[in-house]
Amino acid sequence: MQEHFLAVADALQAQLKGDEGYLARFSGETSDFVRFNRSAVRQAGAVEQRYLTLELFRGKRHASQTLTLSGDGESDQAAARHAVTTLRDILADAAEDPHFLINTAPQSTTRTLPSAVARPEEGVDAVLAAGAGHDMVGFYAAGPMHHGFANSFGQRNWDTVQAFNVDLSFYLRADKAVKMTHAGTAWDAKAFAAKADGAKGRLAALARPAQTITPGGYRVYLAPAAVEEVMSMLSWGGFGLAGHRTATTPLIKMVEQGVTLNASVTLSENNRDGVAPGFQNEGFIKPDRVTLIEAGRYMDTLASPRSAAEFGAVQNGADAHESPMSLDLAPGTLPAADILETLGTGIYIGNLWYLNYSDRNACRLTGMTRFATFWVENGEIAAPLNVMRFDDTVYRLLGDNLVALTAERDLLLSTDTYEARSTRSMRMPGAIIDDFKMTL
Amino acid sequence: MSQTADIAARFAAVAPPCDFWSLRVMGSRSEHLGVTRGVIDPVALSDDFGAMVTVHAGGGLGYAATSDVSASGLARAGRDALAWANRSAGRMVAPLPVRSGAPVHHDTEDTPRVAWTAVSRGDKIARLVQQAAQLKHRDTIADWSAELSFTDEESVQATSAGDFIRQRRGIVIPGLSASASDGSETQTRTLGRGGVIRQGGLDALEDLGFWTAAPRIADEALELLAAPDCPTGAMDLLLAPDQMYIQIHESIGHPLELDRILGDERNYAGTSFVTLDMFGSYQYGSSLLNVTFDPGVAGEAASYAFDDEGMPAEKQYLIRNGLLERPLGGAFSQTRAKASGVANARACSWNRPAIDRMANLNVEAGASSFDGLVAQVENGIVMETNVSWSIDDSRNKFQFGCERARLIKNGLIGAVVKNPNYRGISATFWRNLKGLGNAATVQVLGTPTCGKGEPNQAIRVGHASPPGLFADVQVFGGG
Repeated sequence: MQEHFLAVADALQAQLKGDEGYLARFSGETSDFVRFNRSAVRQAGAVEQRYLTLELFRGKRHASQTLTLSGDGESDQAAARHAVTTLRDILADAAEDPHFLINTAPQSTTRTLPSAVARPEEGVDAVLAAGAGHDMVGFYAAGPMHHGFANSFGQRNWDTVQAFNVDLSFYLRADKAVKMTHAGTAWDAKAFAAKADGAKGRLAALARPAQTITPGGYRVYLAPAAVEEVMSMLSWGGFGLAGHRTATTPLIKMVEQGVTLNASVTLSENNRDGVAPGFQNEGFIKPDRVTLIEAGRYMDTLASPRSAAEFGAVQNGADAHESPMSLDLAPGTLPAADILETLGTGIYIGNLWYLNYSDRNACRLTGMTRFATFWVENGEIAAPLNVMRFDDTVYRLLGDNLVALTAERDLLLSTDTYEARSTRSMRMPGAIIDDFKMTL
Repeated sequence: MSQTADIAARFAAVAPPCDFWSLRVMGSRSEHLGVTRGVIDPVALSDDFGAMVTVHAGGGLGYAATSDVSASGLARAGRDALAWANRSAGRMVAPLPVRSGAPVHHDTEDTPRVAWTAVSRGDKIARLVQQAAQLKHRDTIADWSAELSFTDEESVQATSAGDFIRQRRGIVIPGLSASASDGSETQTRTLGRGGVIRQGGLDALEDLGFWTAAPRIADEALELLAAPDCPTGAMDLLLAPDQMYIQIHESIGHPLELDRILGDERNYAGTSFVTLDMFGSYQYGSSLLNVTFDPGVAGEAASYAFDDEGMPAEKQYLIRNGLLERPLGGAFSQTRAKASGVANARACSWNRPAIDRMANLNVEAGASSFDGLVAQVENGIVMETNVSWSIDDSRNKFQFGCERARLIKNGLIGAVVKNPNYRGISATFWRNLKGLGNAATVQVLGTPTCGKGEPNQAIRVGHASPPGLFADVQVFGGG
């Protein structure tokens, strides 16, 4: 798709008049999608899609149009030329935008990650084999994802990742299940089978009679996938420059009152080790790392070019949503082998689910336990737990009540496929937390 | 977008040999206009166009979606869909439904009273600038925005059985927001915060009060900043329609989706506390509760004549006088469950397959005026405009937060309180319904981003509801 995009970019360049310029963004994917239920196929198919977003500018005036590209060079270049005409008409009446900021110093890059994704038959066969004799439900997605950028200053960026993501649950009964994900760029059938066997092996613990606890404060272990859910909520407006400057960030107490988290909490946007493209929508190259919270103290925000222009700051490679794409929580010192012993008596929470703010100013979150969650007594798994609701503040969870972060971390590649397959990822440790407030 | 009809004919000429095929072509043009913190947003247009081919062969089902709608592109999609049908043959979760009946021909375009294009882009932006200025009427308003989005959407379905269905409609989504801030406290009021969506054109904005709401929204944000926190305790809870819509959505709509009940969503959006044996016998709510799937409400977000698998859509009661009657399931789910359902197999776009969705899910009006509902309350609270939603994966234990609430004492509305929240359990909450507003109190709302499915799909759904009064609900505030 790269040559196709570059040809469209050249066609755009030739269409410009006077002091016009353009930015062009491309995203495309060729994906196999297979959905499973009851260890059988529910829906199977393929999606090929290509989107071009053209932004035409003249001085501080600009407007954009997103197009579906067909893949045919001639018709796509014609569509792009037509879009220039449409946007030119809009610019004739557009107001100047004081916050328009783009990269004018070309920095061209190309990244194509080496990969070896399974043939469709191979991936589906492996998943169905893993589900044989079990109640397996889930999803298999695989294929290349492409992202590109071009502008009228001659900058060209391209990023191709050929990846797979297998997201499965093995159910024992009702809502008692073990969830597993297996993602990467090189399909390894043995590694997948081993991971699936590990998940199925944990079903035995779910077979015991489930325990129901009463509301109150509990010592808990949040597995990395559960910590990811907490961080996903914080990422919803918590780390962006605009949210901070308009006082709508849930971390407003860190900004306004100097409230701190536990000194073991260091959070950063780790672009270098993520899988997202290294360029953003206005053509700026992302720095390797932006430290957001260091040793519990608020440090910096993700600043998009637009917010930087509005609030007199320096952009640091963020897109307009100013939400992390490669969030990294620094590891702690607790060895994974010592998790249950350190937890002692409490709750092992494999996954959290459906979080939201119950008081945004207080950074107070509510949500549910889900999948493999266990009552632990004296360092031993005693029984699966029926789902519970929690409601607590991040200042408590990741503040004084944070006992330990694990030394090992999981790289969690997003399974999101809204509109397109996501390149978001997180690198998270597990966390032991005291007095975690369960409410329902 | 008349090219969509041509594409159906183009595919018929290159369709692969198979037991059955269907083609769904979807095209849309969207336009977003807005003003953020006093600055006009750049105009953003978005065109989306593509086709999905679905093939049944040897008991298997496969799909292929492509934005290449040339004859060769469609032929390739047909071959890809057939290959997936062959791979899934003998491995499907259930036998496929068999298309029966005479071919359907349907061709409609909804015509709004005031088209989106009836007012120039410049004039629409000028009016948004006015709204934004009214939102920023005090220095303590730290963040404010006014915006309008419009989508002109067309879909065509054609099948090997000779069906041809074309539907075209407009969707308008307005937004107003004002955040007042003082130190580390910020309070936000909005126009329905994500719950305001209509089919139609600019006429929908008049009905929604969009052009007159800005001063009230700004005043209420300031009022909240000075308000005390919501009290804690069990009390009567009166929910305004812009909170009722999400209560319906999460604790009636999702648990009644037949694909959830059948387990399809257990890996992602979740399962359901509802089981197949509960239909016809389970008391879901009090006798006041009547819930309908109603694709015929003018202007509601998911009104349509046929779903995305060609099933004709008509109003059905899901819950009648509190008794659970019927799930939300399309043709394939109905076949699997051997149960009745509704025409709700829907896809968010050309690149996603149809699955069971809510469409328009409404609570039918009761008999009380709003004042009549308030008069029933000795000790309670009225909450409006959803801001937070969370529910377990079986759709039972929920917690919601609202932007604004007012206390009710001895039948009279009193002081405004901030950070109102409540929690409960679906299986018991609706049985405590003790009052519903009359037809005059019903508001037609919905959400543009109901998320579900693997691959994920965010789709528009509609919820029309009066205010509802519930007894003995756990209410609490922030902090």
